[in-house]
Amino acid sequence: MAKHSEIKLIGTPASPFVNRVQFALNLKSINYEDIEENLACKSELLLASNPVYKKVPVLLHADKPPICESQIIIDYLDEMKPDLYQLLPPVSLDRANCRFWATYIDTKFYPLYDELRRTTNKAGKEAIKEQMIESTQLLEEAFIKSSNGKTYFGGDEVRYLDVVLGCFIRWIKYSDELHDFNTFDEVRIPKLAKWAKKVSSHEALKSVTPGTETLANIFGLLNVYRPPYDQ
Amino acid sequence: MGEVKLFWTWSSPYAQRIAWALKLKGVEYETMYEDLGNKSCLLLAYNPIHKKVPVLLHNGTPICESLVILEYIDETWNTTTRLLPEDPLARATTRFWAKFNDDQVLPSAFQAYVSKGVEQEKAKNHTLEKIDVVEKQLTGKKFFSGETLGFLDLVFGWIAVYLEIIEETSGIKLLDKERFPLITAWKENFSRVPVIEENWPDKEMLICKYRQMREYFISKAAASKGTVS
Repeated sequence: MAKHSEIKLIGTPASPFVNRVQFALNLKSINYEDIEENLACKSELLLASNPVYKKVPVLLHADKPPICESQIIIDYLDEMKPDLYQLLPPVSLDRANCRFWATYIDTKFYPLYDELRRTTNKAGKEAIKEQMIESTQLLEEAFIKSSNGKTYFGGDEVRYLDVVLGCFIRWIKYSDELHDFNTFDEVRIPKLAKWAKKVSSHEALKSVTPGTETLANIFGLLNVYRPPYDQ
Repeated sequence: MGEVKLFWTWSSPYAQRIAWALKLKGVEYETMYEDLGNKSCLLLAYNPIHKKVPVLLHNGTPICESLVILEYIDETWNTTTRLLPEDPLARATTRFWAKFNDDQVLPSAFQAYVSKGVEQEKAKNHTLEKIDVVEKQLTGKKFFSGETLGFLDLVFGWIAVYLEIIEETSGIKLLDKERFPLITAWKENFSRVPVIEENWPDKEMLICKYRQMREYFISKAAASKGTVS
């Protein structure tokens, strides 16, 4: 990444929300500088840039006020330079569809993984896995409708929903290994499973995907700051 | 611009913002009233995932989730009053505060509304802290969106309508004029905008409904804890 870029991204390699923004920046071929944050000891820069939530990612664009929340950052990147690789589709109805599923992914689907980590009793875990199965079935149907027989949610190319969901794949696979589950099961959700393999290998995402050790560290941190429920 | 229907209920803050948006844009639409205790087959078909209002139906295609609907309305009926600002940074800021309202402020106020005793006091204090943050956003402005009403005013509009309903029905004080002078002034300005004033839910009816709803939520919570309220 270029130093002294106009765009800087406060983040951490293991956050899927940070990976999401990095994925988008890479697709748009926007040079940026990573400012790595230690979430166990947050910097003055982060606390000043995101006083409301104190979270990553935060986008710093030249001398403009910081932009927080990954979906909002991606919308901003699309609107800031409309002649670059657009992530949202041009038609309003399709954009509404993207926004709907992005909200679903962040508020209903992804939180299940944190719930699974924090739930320690077997019955509780099984109930959450059932919800994951239902949820991924909905995403499979959404994929079929959106992709129209092509490789990605966006069709022939990676677009908004591929970025919004794609950033979670590595995180999910790590969680699956810990909890004896297979989210992207090829029998249950064949199309989404195939998509997950394809998008994971896309250079714009692969180059920012965290390794196992990084993920192990962040999961360890989560177990301290957001511990399992009976602790 | 095609056939427009709005599935809503008159007492939902999320649905209210959509009705205001459509009226501000001068969009003709058909109202489909929903009894949330007995949801229609149509609503369940158009919003099978969340089963909630509001749902906007445009030429037979449903759009769900109020913030998504607001952006859709602004993009689709784009020759009249614009709700979102033009500048990308201003749009990002607007979206951030809209999300803050829906993720933090409204749910916190709801929690204060449906609880009692120590739990309610805690929820009330959380809500007041969040409203402190909202108050700061009005510094130097008549409306949240600037000199004229816009997207963020519709999102925060529930404060003008529902905060006093929550106060009346759950016995807590939230909109303190001394603590929140800017919001107090904004509420006056907001409620006087003709389209907003003409589409304001009836206060007495809201109080009656919200009183009943509170009793329902409190009994439900007690039942799930195995206690008698």
